[in-house]
Amino acid sequence: MIQIDKLCKRYGESTVVDDVSMVIEPRTMTTIVGTSGSGKSTLLRMINRLVEPTSGRVLLDGNDTTAEPAYLLRRRIGYAIQGLGLFPHRTVADNIATVPRLLGWSAERVSARVTELLELFQLDPGLYAAKYPHELSGGQQQRVGVARALAAKPNVLLMDEPFGALDPIIRTKAQDDLLGIQRRFGTTIILVTHDIDEAFRLGDRVAVMSQGRLLQHDRPAALLTQPADPFVAQLTGSGDKSLKLLSLTTAGEVADQGIVTGPNVSWSMSLRNVLAELVWCGAAAATVVGPDGDPIGHVTLASILARGRQAR
Amino acid sequence: MQRIDRLGVLLSFSGALALTLLPLVVFKANRIVPGEPRALLDLVPTAALALYFTLAVAAAVAVFIQSPRIRLLTALIGIAALAIAVASAADILTPAGNRVVRVAPGAGFWIVLIALGLLATDALTRLRPGPVLRVATLVVFLAATLAALGSGFFDDLSIMREYAVNATRFAHEAQRHLLLALGSLGAAVIVALPLGVLCHRQPRLRNAVLGVLNVVQTIPSIALFGILMAPLAAMALAFPALAALGLSGIGAAPAAIALFLYSLLPIVGNTVVGLGRVSPAAVDAARGMGLTAGQILRQIELPLALPTILTGIRIVLVQNIGLVTIAALIGGGGFGAFVFQGIGQTAIDLVLLGAIPTVVLAFSASVVLDALTDLTRRVPR
Repeated sequence: MIQIDKLCKRYGESTVVDDVSMVIEPRTMTTIVGTSGSGKSTLLRMINRLVEPTSGRVLLDGNDTTAEPAYLLRRRIGYAIQGLGLFPHRTVADNIATVPRLLGWSAERVSARVTELLELFQLDPGLYAAKYPHELSGGQQQRVGVARALAAKPNVLLMDEPFGALDPIIRTKAQDDLLGIQRRFGTTIILVTHDIDEAFRLGDRVAVMSQGRLLQHDRPAALLTQPADPFVAQLTGSGDKSLKLLSLTTAGEVADQGIVTGPNVSWSMSLRNVLAELVWCGAAAATVVGPDGDPIGHVTLASILARGRQAR
Repeated sequence: MQRIDRLGVLLSFSGALALTLLPLVVFKANRIVPGEPRALLDLVPTAALALYFTLAVAAAVAVFIQSPRIRLLTALIGIAALAIAVASAADILTPAGNRVVRVAPGAGFWIVLIALGLLATDALTRLRPGPVLRVATLVVFLAATLAALGSGFFDDLSIMREYAVNATRFAHEAQRHLLLALGSLGAAVIVALPLGVLCHRQPRLRNAVLGVLNVVQTIPSIALFGILMAPLAAMALAFPALAALGLSGIGAAPAAIALFLYSLLPIVGNTVVGLGRVSPAAVDAARGMGLTAGQILRQIELPLALPTILTGIRIVLVQNIGLVTIAALIGGGGFGAFVFQGIGQTAIDLVLLGAIPTVVLAFSASVVLDALTDLTRRVPR
């Protein structure tokens, strides 16, 4: 659990982060969203003390983060940034091995972990371990960046616009991979983004920041249905509020018993996409197919429309 | 349609013009009288004909053949033929046992040699050898030249005559030259590298330090030697212990200090530029992952800045090897001693005995450090 307690950061006259308090539950993904200059990156960087707070404190599992030297704290917390900051003079394997080596892992343990991570991120170790970052595509570099951040099995992972430099298709894939990893390892992830769709798609909870203040920190649906502030309403609801709401629910979560005639949709597909599919096919209902390809139920057009109406 | 190489045309034309108008061999009754040209064809007809034939082939290759390997080979054969022909002529012209007459290569020799040298280096550049191969080529070339000079075949040529007279001193001055150039570089690296790192961290310090060093760089070398003379002489007078250590207003001390001062700007400047080019994202990621400031400097910043820093060191070394020559003026020693002595005696061969090794040394230093720079640059720009 991460407790952020009355955190402030001032540079001279200007206040970048203004009295922010929030609690981040373990094994969840929290996204911090805001415009540029909202203080979201500074807030993130105060958690691993890349920026020292002017006042307030951060507790990690109940312990004040200032209790140990900053560099030791940072070795326990994964960190990935936009542009990745891969070390250009080191191979992919050496990049990933950075923190394990700092922690003094044995050579065998380090190389086993590197191989494990490369495989996890679908990069053939034989092919990619010895390559230099500039020899990789943008998507591959991004995966190496996240693999490096996860190398020492941190409980907490901080990510600052990690997908900012990716084109839309690779970006969606990277987001899916991150969700998969989060579920698999139960890592507590805090991700900063300026993209409200990304924030909604990834976050169990979304924190909205503006001008240094935390406006709302809640489940995505709550942000849509009960915005705490006009800015939140403006940020979240630009005409497609209902579709945003639908995109937060998957077909598998709301499928009713019984099988109907209509197109097949995956259990993991969002209701927004199911709706699009039904409109496209001119059908009134769709069969929901489980992970193993067997039908598990159905959703109807009417039930989807009813769920979208909650936003009003 | 055969493609015509423009550089080849220029080189062949210059070579042919030099051969027609300027002498290949000059005979002097003693080392200081002006020489009189001698015709190679009369002295050593076989070697001369062989040389003209080789040069004609080299010219044809330079103009019409594109293959760098063939161009390199003909250029090297041309240089060998040129050296052999002139050395044979010197052998014929020198009466047995006479140590007074001088047979010197003429202006024609030097121009043809430069033309062939350019043909060879151009061919080498087109081959794009890797850093290791470049150094290996240099070593082979130097070894071959030394072996040829050591064989005794060239002993009748004027420069080798001067060498024979000055052999002991030559070794001494060579050592002195290297010691001054490398010693001042070493001291400069020790001071300039930390200074460069500090300047990178402190923008205000950077402007001050680079400003001062820029001013130092603009002082002409002779003036700097002069400026150092008075305080050093005063210090030696005031502290006999320093004088006992070799400190004095003239000699190696002011030379070493001046060279050290000149060395600072390129190394500090390139360290600052090199560190400034390191990706801020890489440094931020390194901090975020828990590297300490020292680890970031040693593992990330310096390795990434190394090629740029080495470029600065190369500039300094080549510059120092040249500047040491001037240091001979204030008794600093080095190859410059031969140059200034030769100028004083109007003995041009003695000047060359100092100048040629200096050029070879600077060129070799440049090749070796270029190769090192390439080896450390694993990241493409």
